[in-house]
Amino acid sequence: MPIRLTALAAALLLAGAAHAADQIKVGFVSTLSGPGAGLGVDIRDGFQLAMKQLNGKLGGLPAEVLVADDQQNPDVAKQATDKLLKKDKVDFMTGIVFSNLMLAVGPAVFQNQTFYISANAGPSQYAGEQCNPFFFNVAWQNDNLHEAVGKYVQDKGFKNVVIVTPNYPGGKDAVSGFKRYYKDQVSEEIYTKLGQLDYAAELAKVRAGKPDALFFFLPGGMGINFVKQFVAAGLSRDTQLFAPGFSADEDVIKAVGAPMMGMFNSSHWAHDMDNAENKRFVAAFEKEYGRLPSLYASQGYDAALMMDAAVRDVKGNVADKKALQKALEAKRFKSVRGDFKFNSNHYPVQNYYLRVIGKDAQGRVTNKTMGSIFTNHADAYAAQCKMK
Amino acid sequence: MTQLVLEQALNGLQFGLMLFLLAAGLTLVFGIMDCINLAHGSLYMVGAYFVAAAAQAADSFWLGLGVGVAGTAGLGLLLELTLFRQLYRRDHLSQVLATFALILIANEAVRLIWGPAPLMLNPPDALAGPVEIGGFFYPAYRLLIIGCGLAVAALLYLLVAKSRVGMWVRAGAANREITEALGINVRALFTAVFVFGAALCALAGGLLGPLLAVQVGMGESVLILAFVVIIIGGIGSIRGALVGALIVGAVDTLGRALLPTLLGAVLPADAASTLGPALASILIYLLMAGILFFRPQGLFPARA
Amino acid sequence: MAFYRPASWQKPFAAVTLLAALALPQCLEFIDQSYYLGLATRMLIFALAASSLNLVLGFGGMVSLGHAAFLGIGAYVAAICHQAGIQQGLLVLPLAMVVAGLFALLVGAISLRTRGVYFIMITLAFAQMVYYLFVSASAWGGDDGLPIYERLQLGSFSLVGDAALYYTALGALAFAMFLFGRLADARFGRTVQAIRENETRMEALGYPVFRYRLVCFALGGACAGLAGALLANQSGLASPSLLQWTQSGTLLVMVIIGGVGYLYGGVVGAIVLLGLEELLLSWFAHWHIVLGLLLLGIVLFAPKGVAALFGRSRD
Repeated sequence: MPIRLTALAAALLLAGAAHAADQIKVGFVSTLSGPGAGLGVDIRDGFQLAMKQLNGKLGGLPAEVLVADDQQNPDVAKQATDKLLKKDKVDFMTGIVFSNLMLAVGPAVFQNQTFYISANAGPSQYAGEQCNPFFFNVAWQNDNLHEAVGKYVQDKGFKNVVIVTPNYPGGKDAVSGFKRYYKDQVSEEIYTKLGQLDYAAELAKVRAGKPDALFFFLPGGMGINFVKQFVAAGLSRDTQLFAPGFSADEDVIKAVGAPMMGMFNSSHWAHDMDNAENKRFVAAFEKEYGRLPSLYASQGYDAALMMDAAVRDVKGNVADKKALQKALEAKRFKSVRGDFKFNSNHYPVQNYYLRVIGKDAQGRVTNKTMGSIFTNHADAYAAQCKMK
Repeated sequence: MTQLVLEQALNGLQFGLMLFLLAAGLTLVFGIMDCINLAHGSLYMVGAYFVAAAAQAADSFWLGLGVGVAGTAGLGLLLELTLFRQLYRRDHLSQVLATFALILIANEAVRLIWGPAPLMLNPPDALAGPVEIGGFFYPAYRLLIIGCGLAVAALLYLLVAKSRVGMWVRAGAANREITEALGINVRALFTAVFVFGAALCALAGGLLGPLLAVQVGMGESVLILAFVVIIIGGIGSIRGALVGALIVGAVDTLGRALLPTLLGAVLPADAASTLGPALASILIYLLMAGILFFRPQGLFPARA
Repeated sequence: MAFYRPASWQKPFAAVTLLAALALPQCLEFIDQSYYLGLATRMLIFALAASSLNLVLGFGGMVSLGHAAFLGIGAYVAAICHQAGIQQGLLVLPLAMVVAGLFALLVGAISLRTRGVYFIMITLAFAQMVYYLFVSASAWGGDDGLPIYERLQLGSFSLVGDAALYYTALGALAFAMFLFGRLADARFGRTVQAIRENETRMEALGYPVFRYRLVCFALGGACAGLAGALLANQSGLASPSLLQWTQSGTLLVMVIIGGVGYLYGGVVGAIVLLGLEELLLSWFAHWHIVLGLLLLGIVLFAPKGVAALFGRSRD
């Protein structure tokens, strides 16, 4: 097959000569349908907003974003990723929301030596022993937001805490993250069925236990159901509600409304953070989509900025993987969350803040930043990572 | 302690009655027209969206509930006339497939119209908090659901067992030809039953919206629970649906409330904490398998 | 719903298709589109899974809405073996079949006491139980699923290459189709079909109806288990999403698109559905609407499915 051999040789020559690519391709696989779709749509909108502000270019090169839906199904995510890697030969991958899907597609991406810039999923596996030079997380490690809540609950002197979470590994990680910084009494850990609708039985237990604080991690619709029922049961009078930021962001607030007021949560970003990049981002997002951005949107936005800066750094020569890795590690973009840096495991070292839900100046129910819980906080797994 | 026991009992009752609202429509369509309708959950979802959208537009929960139920009944009418009418005489397999297709369409259509994020539907302010009865607290809104569930149960009983229309419906289900020969328009009767079932779905969706998330996919999890209920109770039997719903509500609530503690008493702590919640989440399926093993037609078989 | 009788040209047609399938990896490599080999492998594996359901459904007349449980169990057997360091496919694949088959035997023994809709729902209930058990089993990855980092060895032959796995899937499917075809004409097959047509009569003639059905159900489960083990190796993951009830629904859809009770119904359906997904997904994000309308069209206007165009039914 002489024709193919020539083509191959030409390709090798091109790569070896360190020419800049003439186009950057980004594979964006995310959850865009089903119950988890709100999260993926926010990441996509944030990412696309950044692309628009960059005039459709990454690092000055014309860029194409290939969007695919994973239907929150690891199998589908794997297929879509394979296609983007093998058929479209993308330069970057991003977009996945859920950690179980990330773990499903990771091996193929890394084997293909394609950089994955995670705009949400931050599984502990990839922060620790299985850390990989081709994986970056621009958001947080999964445990971080739970840890921040644990720290705050500890600092405020709550002595009797109940934890509610679904009976699956993500829930158990949340519990261990919380308990890493909260050392006082946890009177009960309640594990619910994944996808449970009605929490009356659990709430009756909470009422009987009279805790002074309740920490819950119930993603998506489960969290919405829980908060509504918690407030209707009148428990908010005696028990202070705490959650990680993703159980208390704009998507959940939009569905629950006023009953969420007074709930504390943790985040690395908030739409009212006072820096120029964030103000520009929030204003542009509201103008473009007619709603407040969520933390997911901010993460998608940052992921695009991160790619842009790195491609510019290597002058478009994305084939030089080592140089590109160094450029990504250097983190030269200005994040909407303010300054942060990457740890040796390619996860952020950053500040985490306390937010409380209340009414803003315009009378909207939304998050308000109260102050920081952690400064320059790293995840607990970095020590186990031996980055090649 | 009394508070806990009484509250859990009410919770079981409330969860059961909520399931009954859904199962009642399903068992009628299922038992009387012999049509397996997987899209029942989608009607529930669409109903909840209609109610939420109307309630937001009108800024009144009750008005929204009325408009939403009427709208869903209209949609039910449309579906019956165009699609389900074709399906009644087909085998169960075709019905499963066609209504599975409806689920796909409904989920995507809702997402196209209202977007992927959940909608807000809150209870009327007066019912938002708990009520106190002599030191005992219970959410006011859940009391409303208990009340509505009991009222619908009573209404259905009167309608099906005592009224003339109910008699026609039962006759039409038992033998369509003879009923038609008696001069009753069975076709119109079936349409009416289907529309009524759709309205009940929307009522359930609208009433439960303030407790649960109004979001795409909310129908499927509820659908399976409703199926479990009518299978336990016996297909086509309103009485069976009520008893089945109450059993499922009680078993599920008790399992979640007690199993982890009970297992903790006999097993080591970490085994109990793993096994307890897992067992509690499959308890109602075990119950259903058990009941079907001993009574393959359910507790109250509608047809001998 | 009579079982199939092959059209006279069906055997040569199948042989030609098989030959074309054998040459596919080389052709794809030649045009530099080896991505599609993965898709083709999935089509073959799902063809096997759908055919195993077709055995239960079209052949035995049992409408099971819990078939995903057997698929998922097969996948988990493969992943758990991988976790334990067992890489020998000659051991793992049969083991997946045995475990899935035994579980199907248990489910069938309870479910087959019921009829019609009750049977549909009780098979669904068992699948739901398996789903919740695997979601909460943290030793096996729970919701994250259990990864397979290295594909099986088949004897001394490694399945790491995509073409190797493709040929394995092709072999498994061809073997299953041969088996199902022979079974349909054998004494066992004729009895099972007769039971489907008239159960009371067969019972009166003294046939152990329950036992025949049970064996048919378990055989379907075992073949689904094989498909599951292959699927887990293809995607590198056994995940609870394989066990969700919508997965059972998708398998049903494949069988019905292809044609219930036609020997190749499951194969045709799997290829058509996965192909459609591949085509539609890339240009229309809301492609489920299209798929739904298409399914409705098939139910209303072509209830015998696509395979019906290629063979006559016996009645």
